Amino acid sequence: MELLSGGEMIARAMEDEGVEFIFGYPGGAVLHIYDALFKSCKVPHILVRHEQAATHAADGYARATGKPGVVLVTSGPGATNAITGIATAYMDSIPMVVLSGQVMSHLIGEDAFQETDMLGISRPIVKHSFQVSRTEDIPEIIKKAFYIASSGRPGPVVIDLPKDLTNPHDKYEYNYPKKVKLRSYTPAARGHSGQIKKAASLLLGAKRPVIYAGGGVVQGNASEQLRVLARELNFPVTHTLMGLGAYPASDRQFLGMLGMHGFYEANNAMHHSDVILAVGARFDDRVTNTCSKFCPGAKIVHIDIDPAAISKTIAADVPIVGPVDSVLTDLLAVIREMRQADSSLPDASSLKHWWSQIDEWRDAHGLWVKPRYDISTPYIKPQQVIETLCKVTHGKAYVSSDVGQHQMFAAQYYKFDEPRRWLNSGGLGTMGFGLPAAMGAKLAFPDADVACVTGEGSIQMNIQELSTCAQYNIPVKIISLYNGYLGMVKQWQDMQYEGRYSESVYENSLPDFVKLTEAYGHVGIKVTQLSDLEEAMKEAFARKNDLVFMDIHVDPHEHVYPMHIAPNGSMRDMWLSKTERT
Amino acid sequence: MRHIISVLMENEPGALSRVVGLFSQRGYNIETLNVAPTEDPTLSRLTLTTIGDDHKIEQITKHLNRLIDVVKLVDLSEGSHIERELMLVKVRATGAQRAEIKRCTDIFRGQIVDVGPSVYTIQVTGAADKLDSFLEAVGEAAIMEVVRSGVSGIARGEKVLSL
Repeated sequence: MELLSGGEMIARAMEDEGVEFIFGYPGGAVLHIYDALFKSCKVPHILVRHEQAATHAADGYARATGKPGVVLVTSGPGATNAITGIATAYMDSIPMVVLSGQVMSHLIGEDAFQETDMLGISRPIVKHSFQVSRTEDIPEIIKKAFYIASSGRPGPVVIDLPKDLTNPHDKYEYNYPKKVKLRSYTPAARGHSGQIKKAASLLLGAKRPVIYAGGGVVQGNASEQLRVLARELNFPVTHTLMGLGAYPASDRQFLGMLGMHGFYEANNAMHHSDVILAVGARFDDRVTNTCSKFCPGAKIVHIDIDPAAISKTIAADVPIVGPVDSVLTDLLAVIREMRQADSSLPDASSLKHWWSQIDEWRDAHGLWVKPRYDISTPYIKPQQVIETLCKVTHGKAYVSSDVGQHQMFAAQYYKFDEPRRWLNSGGLGTMGFGLPAAMGAKLAFPDADVACVTGEGSIQMNIQELSTCAQYNIPVKIISLYNGYLGMVKQWQDMQYEGRYSESVYENSLPDFVKLTEAYGHVGIKVTQLSDLEEAMKEAFARKNDLVFMDIHVDPHEHVYPMHIAPNGSMRDMWLSKTERT
Repeated sequence: MRHIISVLMENEPGALSRVVGLFSQRGYNIETLNVAPTEDPTLSRLTLTTIGDDHKIEQITKHLNRLIDVVKLVDLSEGSHIERELMLVKVRATGAQRAEIKRCTDIFRGQIVDVGPSVYTIQVTGAADKLDSFLEAVGEAAIMEVVRSGVSGIARGEKVLSL
């Protein structure tokens, strides 16, 4: 049996766990660990420029690959800087293991240098956390952390490591467990068969069905099952912001995103439906609009791995707790059985009628039928940038985004045909997420096109990572929509505050992004004319080994539409342009 | 409606703070709370009372179940159960009042557990409303200090909350 120090155990456990990258930043409390990494660890470490970026990069890696992202930070400010990224991962159920240094055991509670109560601070935003109290427990705790982070409803797990427990002199037996079992944690393995039968007969009896699928389908690797089920039944599918890509956007049955900035046809199909199959979605307030007016005629089947997500805001008629992939498989089997007994289900003429209604909505206001934005202005429209991006990358890129108007335009106009391609902070809405998340995805898939859609506001929240990209040669493409405002804030101020732009204007304070990018050793391209856009973007993506920052100047006054009318609106109540509403 | 939620959880550092934190984080109230290890020292039993409609209680139990440290839980108010709380009351007891308070204590099947020249310390156990009634009977004027343990409870009959 091999004897290892705490630091060495961590380094070895990363290898044994199959970790591909550690995103981190050293400091006093983790120096023993960093020394062990230096001496022996085969897992590459990516030195970010700010701990928030470490968590977002690990998060982007996790979203793109499905494997837990790994973060290593020091105590005190290292730990607190990681908090925003941990909260981001928690809100979107992303598997992540965060190793945070802590002051020496005997100093805990004494306000020691760089001491902070990491377990306390992170408690509401983690799936679970551990404080190590004995070096010999480290392998088992790490195994448990990876198991908890990646099973059930995934989420971030924090391991707090007092410095003395990682010192190089105290060595203990190292034995990395192959499996762990927790008596208090057993995620559901299958859905309840009785409930699945009920769901099947409800779906087969539906006249105006809609499948409303969320991030759980992506995280639960159930895209294939969803596609088969939807196609077999010829049911329309809409996605939440988090679900995009699970069902192919280019398929006729896809209605686009739903919710606050959802498609007209998607929101209307939801509102008028008689049966909703909600899969791995959580009836978020950005989806439902006013809960009491939500889809008045609909019976709801709700499949989710997390019982707490079911009937939280909208009551489910048929709740099914279980992993979405296995539940959908079982559901499909029952549906096939029922259809063998009665091949007239679901009623084809009702469905035909339903589809012609949906097509009418789509023709009237669908975003993909023809441009719904005003092309009479001299500006490049932000929507055109995303359409061009989609065209140039053939809809196959990994696209991360920051938060704001550009995020909604990306969600509306980039047609994701595959899951895990769309990386965005949906739940927490974290500006600064985009660039580090793109780094994580690019490291995981070095041959793929990776774009970060951002704005001049968001990008400045983690722009220091241009330096990390230089050090490790991470040639992502930054598609920055420059409008000189905090666009989404401005939009709300236009719509609700009579155009009083309180602190949403940058005036003449913005840097020359091309020069800034060049200062980091990358390539910058500025685009101000629509006629240059496509060529410039092609050039950017042709530069396979360069990080390219595209500084694209767009219409400063554009708004995102459709937009739910709130408060007191229902799913179908929307602004369709600055002047037109339902 | 008032509910008594009884939780079997890992006796680990931080477990209690996760439970208590959940309540403040999600805007639920804790009326009473008590916690102690069970016959198995690796497990703790936590009992709390909270007020809420069925929807809220369902959310509370689901979120509690989601905590990794929580092994099992039961809403005791859903079935027949025994509820007990222990209370220690220090009262001013002088002159004629001494006999009156003694009588009152006997009626409530309490015990005087400490005696001073002008004070009694009384122990009363029972359901929470019985303790409320005792305090009312003794009267606010006489009461110097009240310490209540918070509610503990157990299901009637064969039903047990264990591993």
